[in-house]
Amino acid sequence: MPDAITHARPNPHQAEASAALLAAEALIVDYPGVRALDRVDFALLAGEIHALMGENGAGKSTLVKVLSGLQRPGAGTVRLCGRVIRPASPREAQAQGISTVYQEVDVLPLMSVADNICLGRQAKRAGFIRHSEVRRRAVAALARLDITLDVTRSLGEYPIAIQQMVSIARALDIDARVLILDEPTSSLDAGEARDLFRVMRKLRDQGIGIVFVSHFLEHVYEIADRISVLRNGAKVGVWTKADLPKASLIEAMTGRVIHHAPARPATAARTDSGTTFAIEATGIGRRRSLSATNLRVRAGESVGLAGLLGSGRTELARLLFGADTPDEGGVRVNGKELVRGSVRDAIRRGVAFTPEDRKAMGLILELSVRENIVLALQARRGSLRPIAPAEQRRLATHYIEALGIKTPGAETPVGSLSGGNQQKVLLARWLATSPAVLILDEPTRGIDVGARAEIEALIESLRGQGLAIVLISSELDELVRACGRVVVLRDRRVVTELEGDLVNESTILSIIAAPASEGATP
Amino acid sequence: MTASPARLTTHTNAALWPVVGMALLVITNVLFDTLRAGGPGLFGAGAFLHVSVRDGVPAGATIDVLNYGATFVILAMGMAPVIAARGVDLSVGSIMAISGAVAATMSVNGHASAVSIAAALGVAALCGLWNAILVSVLGLQPFVATLVLMVAGRGVAQMITQSHIVTFHDAAIEYIGLGRPTWLPLPVPLLLAITLFAGTALVIRRTALGLLLEAVGGNPEASRLAGVRSRLIIAGTYVFSGVCAGLAGLIAAANIKAADPFHAGQNQELAAIFAVVVGGTSLAGGRMNLLGAALGGLLMQCLITTMYARNIGSDVAPLPQALVILGVCIAGSPRARQWLRARRMPA
Repeated sequence: MPDAITHARPNPHQAEASAALLAAEALIVDYPGVRALDRVDFALLAGEIHALMGENGAGKSTLVKVLSGLQRPGAGTVRLCGRVIRPASPREAQAQGISTVYQEVDVLPLMSVADNICLGRQAKRAGFIRHSEVRRRAVAALARLDITLDVTRSLGEYPIAIQQMVSIARALDIDARVLILDEPTSSLDAGEARDLFRVMRKLRDQGIGIVFVSHFLEHVYEIADRISVLRNGAKVGVWTKADLPKASLIEAMTGRVIHHAPARPATAARTDSGTTFAIEATGIGRRRSLSATNLRVRAGESVGLAGLLGSGRTELARLLFGADTPDEGGVRVNGKELVRGSVRDAIRRGVAFTPEDRKAMGLILELSVRENIVLALQARRGSLRPIAPAEQRRLATHYIEALGIKTPGAETPVGSLSGGNQQKVLLARWLATSPAVLILDEPTRGIDVGARAEIEALIESLRGQGLAIVLISSELDELVRACGRVVVLRDRRVVTELEGDLVNESTILSIIAAPASEGATP
Repeated sequence: MTASPARLTTHTNAALWPVVGMALLVITNVLFDTLRAGGPGLFGAGAFLHVSVRDGVPAGATIDVLNYGATFVILAMGMAPVIAARGVDLSVGSIMAISGAVAATMSVNGHASAVSIAAALGVAALCGLWNAILVSVLGLQPFVATLVLMVAGRGVAQMITQSHIVTFHDAAIEYIGLGRPTWLPLPVPLLLAITLFAGTALVIRRTALGLLLEAVGGNPEASRLAGVRSRLIIAGTYVFSGVCAGLAGLIAAANIKAADPFHAGQNQELAAIFAVVVGGTSLAGGRMNLLGAALGGLLMQCLITTMYARNIGSDVAPLPQALVILGVCIAGSPRARQWLRARRMPA
């Protein structure tokens, strides 16, 4: 493949491997049917924030797994301060000073904050845990991040962002020399991300080496000192941030020049009276999650739901689909009233929903790509009218090709695919049911630039085919590109609805950020 | 046609371990038979592989394994879907006792055989429905929900028989446990087990039930959001398990021509769970392996018959049995296989 990089040359850090805090040399990892890492080198200096970039399936996760002791490499070495290490488990890696905070926040929600931070290393006297000492240490660990919390409360009561910070505090409490952060900002809002970056800089200045895996280019350019890029399991290069303009980074990651997503589609003419809406919610609400809300989406229209985490956007999507039962109000699809809180009725009327957490609520990870794709269609037909095996294979092959799902085959367990490909499988499941309304909750979350553009283009083409689309995204640029109309939510209610020229990032942002008293409809 | 070549291979792999276990047991028996001075030799009278013809039907240890193992196979057929859907049914032993008690009592009270049999199976189905309601409607943990009937069921069986062992003389019921069709010299329980296995496999794999069941077991919430009727499917597995236990209870009663509410089916729920798990279905739910479960049931009986053949008293027999079970489980565990692979191909 011709290398598209023209204005940036990889920086050959030949001498650095010896000086590096953490150095991986010629790592090879093979998974069944695919070489996940192919002779990859990686060097992290003390006191630097090193961004690890690449599309889904590029090998970032695998490299992180090797460094954090979750995966033994087939070949190659890892050195920490020049000494070869072979961590066989995350525990061993931690003991040697390498701590990892994963994308899926791995905390114990029912245990207290203090116990989460000190788990396995609680201060003890005569074999008994000294709770006061544990609490004191937890408070101190959080203070390092400038966070004050009631450490005796269950961690599950705090928002995801806090849980993330607690994970980091836990990682630091182990006297880490290397801190690996896997997509730490994917569930944080702008303010929380700024807080995280402040903490990261502080740690860097203390000499800790930080590996920062992220899909958010802005975040990478804000915080990283150097950037390593992987593609298809191989290393493309390493650059200092100043040497690598954004466009070159994207080219390095994708191996091709990115075409900009199509311009924002024109809004359909507003003729409310007498129109049948593809989906129409009237006064739909649920105690403690959403106050009564109206929403109307026409066929061939994309409506965005904007707002922070917890603003009620996911809650609205779940109520529309019947995943939660509304206390009040109702939903009509093409004029037909849906049975309250019945997912099956919503699906029968042509509503499809891809949830935010695709692993916990979307896919059946151990089942194959084929089985995941046919699942909703089969569930709608009922168990007594099986889809013939040949037809199942045809459907799977069709969608693998049509959506460009990268998988060794239709029988591969979906859990072994990368995030972007898993999202495509989930989309394929719903497209197989020929839906009229597509509700997408964060469809590009945790997905790299290339796959993101593909999914955006896919959504746009589905809208063009006459589907009504409800799109939730924290990426405002994505919402603005995809949607002719954006509904902004805050504090579990709709604050305004933007249309036409008002659909732009700064307007949305200013409404989201406005104090509760403001935010009147323009 | 099978659903996919991939599924066939994973199933065959997991079903291998019960077969290996049985092969080792048979080899052990053969070694004992042939090496012992004055022993029966390979096929002599009293040898494990000796098959004689008694009353026109074959008899011997291997035939015993197939005959009595049928009960385990039947229980395992009921248990496998329950476990695949993330449940467990601890009540099957008690349901066996209830089913036997119903059939025996009704027969003794002069009801027609068909009515007695149907009533026994019907009551067993109701027991399954009870479990289904506790789990699916009320949302109790399967372990606790079925524990209720496991404990209470034996009491119910004793109420039915008024705390007696009820002996009966009913040719049709006895045929279920002791019969041999004239056209095929095989024990009826074995034929029932084979039919049930084939029927279950057919229904699971030829309808979409298998996919929906494995989806529910793999991720109940995701399945619900994909429109799968999770609760109905889960409820169905308990009812089916109940019916299978009812059938096993009939066989157990027929074998001794009596309903023993105290001991019938005792500990059989554990044997059934073992058969399913050793056959490659995870207790965490998800992928189901019916063939493995059936072979696991036979392995269970092979063990018991070996204990008899080697004259190991029933009081100490559980220990060697447990050791074999442990060995098979370790051999089949993913971690042990990974370790073996790593040893074979050093990095």
